[in-house]
Amino acid sequence: MSDPAAPPSPPSPPSPPTQAERDELRRHGILLTSLEELYNWGRSHSVWPLQFGLACCAIEMIAASMARFDIARFGSEVFRPSPRQADLLIVSGTVTKKMAPQVVRLWNQMPEPKYCIAMGACAISGGPFKQGYNVLKGIDRYIPVDLYIPGCPPRPEALLHGLMQLQEKIRAQTISGPEAPRHLQAGGAPECAVPDFGAHDLQPPQNPEVWRPPTIIRGGGA
Amino acid sequence: MIGPDPFPLSSPPGPQVRPVHDPFHGDLLEVSMGPHHPSTHGVFRMMVTLDGETVVKLKPVFGYLHRNHEKIGENTSYLGSMPYTDRLDYLCSMTNNWAYALAVEKLAGQAVPERAEYLRVILAELTRLLNHTCLAGFLLQDCGASGTPLMYAFREREKILDLFESLSGSRMMCNYQRFGGCRVDPPAGWLEAARTVAGNYGQFLDEYEALLTGNEILMARTQGVGVLPGPLAVSAGVTGPMLRAAGVAYDLRKVDGYGVYPRFEFRVPLGAHGDTYDRYMVRVLEMRESIGILRQALRDIPGGPIMDPKARLRGFRAKPGEVYSRIEGPKGEIGFYLISEGGPNPYRYRVRPPSLINLTILEDLCLGQSIADTVVILGSIDIVLGEVDR
Amino acid sequence: METLEQIRDRLLARFPGSAVALIVNLGPAAQHSLLVDGSHGRAVAEFLRDDPALRLEFCSNMSGVDWPAREVVETAVVAAPDPAGGPPRSVEQKVKRLVPGYLEAVYHLFSIELRHGPVVLRLRTANRTDQVTLPSLTPVWRSCEFQEREAFDLFGIIFEGHPDLRRILMWDEFKDHPMRKDYVEPDDYEWEPTPHGDVLAKARKHYPAGAGAPAAAQGEPRP
Repeated sequence: MSDPAAPPSPPSPPSPPTQAERDELRRHGILLTSLEELYNWGRSHSVWPLQFGLACCAIEMIAASMARFDIARFGSEVFRPSPRQADLLIVSGTVTKKMAPQVVRLWNQMPEPKYCIAMGACAISGGPFKQGYNVLKGIDRYIPVDLYIPGCPPRPEALLHGLMQLQEKIRAQTISGPEAPRHLQAGGAPECAVPDFGAHDLQPPQNPEVWRPPTIIRGGGA
Repeated sequence: MIGPDPFPLSSPPGPQVRPVHDPFHGDLLEVSMGPHHPSTHGVFRMMVTLDGETVVKLKPVFGYLHRNHEKIGENTSYLGSMPYTDRLDYLCSMTNNWAYALAVEKLAGQAVPERAEYLRVILAELTRLLNHTCLAGFLLQDCGASGTPLMYAFREREKILDLFESLSGSRMMCNYQRFGGCRVDPPAGWLEAARTVAGNYGQFLDEYEALLTGNEILMARTQGVGVLPGPLAVSAGVTGPMLRAAGVAYDLRKVDGYGVYPRFEFRVPLGAHGDTYDRYMVRVLEMRESIGILRQALRDIPGGPIMDPKARLRGFRAKPGEVYSRIEGPKGEIGFYLISEGGPNPYRYRVRPPSLINLTILEDLCLGQSIADTVVILGSIDIVLGEVDR
Repeated sequence: METLEQIRDRLLARFPGSAVALIVNLGPAAQHSLLVDGSHGRAVAEFLRDDPALRLEFCSNMSGVDWPAREVVETAVVAAPDPAGGPPRSVEQKVKRLVPGYLEAVYHLFSIELRHGPVVLRLRTANRTDQVTLPSLTPVWRSCEFQEREAFDLFGIIFEGHPDLRRILMWDEFKDHPMRKDYVEPDDYEWEPTPHGDVLAKARKHYPAGAGAPAAAQGEPRP
């Protein structure tokens, strides 16, 4: 029994239309969507990569853009040579310490919204060349990476699969709230610090705002 | 650009790269082309000083892909370095593997069975076809034909990569040669498929040449551009199609006669002018010769073992000594210098990179040319940064 | 092509002060080399390039090699007097000798005109610390230009007479010579999930090892 002294409960808002109702409406020529969906749909299906190939993975990236694998059907038709016009930085190949400042600079020059894919073992963690005085043990030490594609080199199909995952990730973003992308948050995205060349190594060896080595607890014995 | 450089060079600018104010000619412009630029050769940087559009000075900067391959070679066993040789010249992994396997076989006095020798020749010539086709595509891309020749080139490359994948398991990083032979016998039907690919390649080359060779834009942009005289090429250690385009008849397949190359009949094309068009044409003609070698090798390949029965893979140790051995890779002479102290790892592991040494005369070729020609000349030298920087 | 012994004899006759020696290469490849001292390096190189019988105008490869100081144990047969007064006896004595370290530049020369080679030329520095100078052979063979820069960068050999000697592969502020055998890498191995060998030794310095605690690998979610 409802209490007569309590204020009347506000009317419940109408429930959002189900997918079946939306399909029915679409059959009648009415497209019902939300601003968020539309925004993310437009963004995810026209991701323009930067023409940025470092090493062997770059050849597989080029092969992915060629006739057999055809990245153009995913919206990544044009590889832009200028970072000001690109959305996606596919770090394909080994990032050496000599090259790392330039990569971070390119990342800073790309306007938001921007995404980074670390393609290949070398970009993820240094790869087969990890034991190297000039090899950066993964580009995620300096810039935030959205997607990792393992392989040495990953097949073009793997790159396309990664691109599809990135598109799903973009579609799942919200316009407001804590899950919003960086460019929609108050304050915007800060620039990543560009490392300097030191006497023996890059200074700093990693960017602590972007990456911290995970904690591993090891036992005493081998 | 005059004034403080917001993106300073990693090397402190010496007097030769600082912008110079020349009162008679006005200011010279210094441009840093690279390490990220649209020409698809990789992370290579050229500090170019321009007088208007003419190149006055050009200093290449390397090291953006230096992955300390040689240091890894000293810390890894002989066999463990084989996958790293794939990643040197990452377009041509089969020839890199062969060059390294040949060096270790000479160091250890290891024999190779005949079927493996024929297979090595087949794979090397397929790699040469692949490399020269891609080079033609990239050169045309640098000239501004953005996409179409490259699309055709990569379409044909995929057919050869299918062969490599069914043979060795990987498209690019094949890791297929071993000391004393090859890793695995070709599967059933592979030789037939290779014959089909080699047979159809001539038709593809006809189609490609009809589009490119007589093309007046290509001829206007490449003829007379970047002329390399023969004596300078020899002194600078230039090898491969670039040397032959300068008129010097030096092809290691004929001179050294390694493998079973002396059994095949093929010609070596030479250039008459040494310019970019000659370098392009020499490569096209080499592709035709490669198809001929492929036809002969695929016809004559014998049966038999793929690996020498006395070869030891596990626990391989070479006797103390050293060797320098070289083969004619698609880009030039790729050589390996190995010093062994008798242990499981080499004491010194050195790669002779054709792309780096071919770049010695880059400045000489580009002086006096316009900056647009610089890109075309660089494209015709055919470099791969994995090899230049190792 | 004439043998290396004949080349060596001709060189000794032509340059009387030079110490041209033949280094025998053990092993099946049998590529022996000529060791030349630094002061005569340029003259010998020009002779090899211009001599009509050799015409070695193509320098294919130039490598640096690092030979750190090592201890060599040699067995010498010494005549020791017999304490009992009899005839002296031959006794084997092991002598330890410290061979000083040096850096080496190895050149592989071929002839395009006469189609022969390789002739291997070696130049050695006096030591690895302060006397690391060698004559540059870039004025003789232009192909050595980048390769000598690389030997300077990675080994620290200073080539006198090189037109542009600066670092080629590492950045200019870099201080070490990485290909030397005693080079210590910077410690940037913080994260290694399954280390073994010397990487395990490096990883242990970063992570506390609880005595007796079971080995557990836990990753923190990335910030």
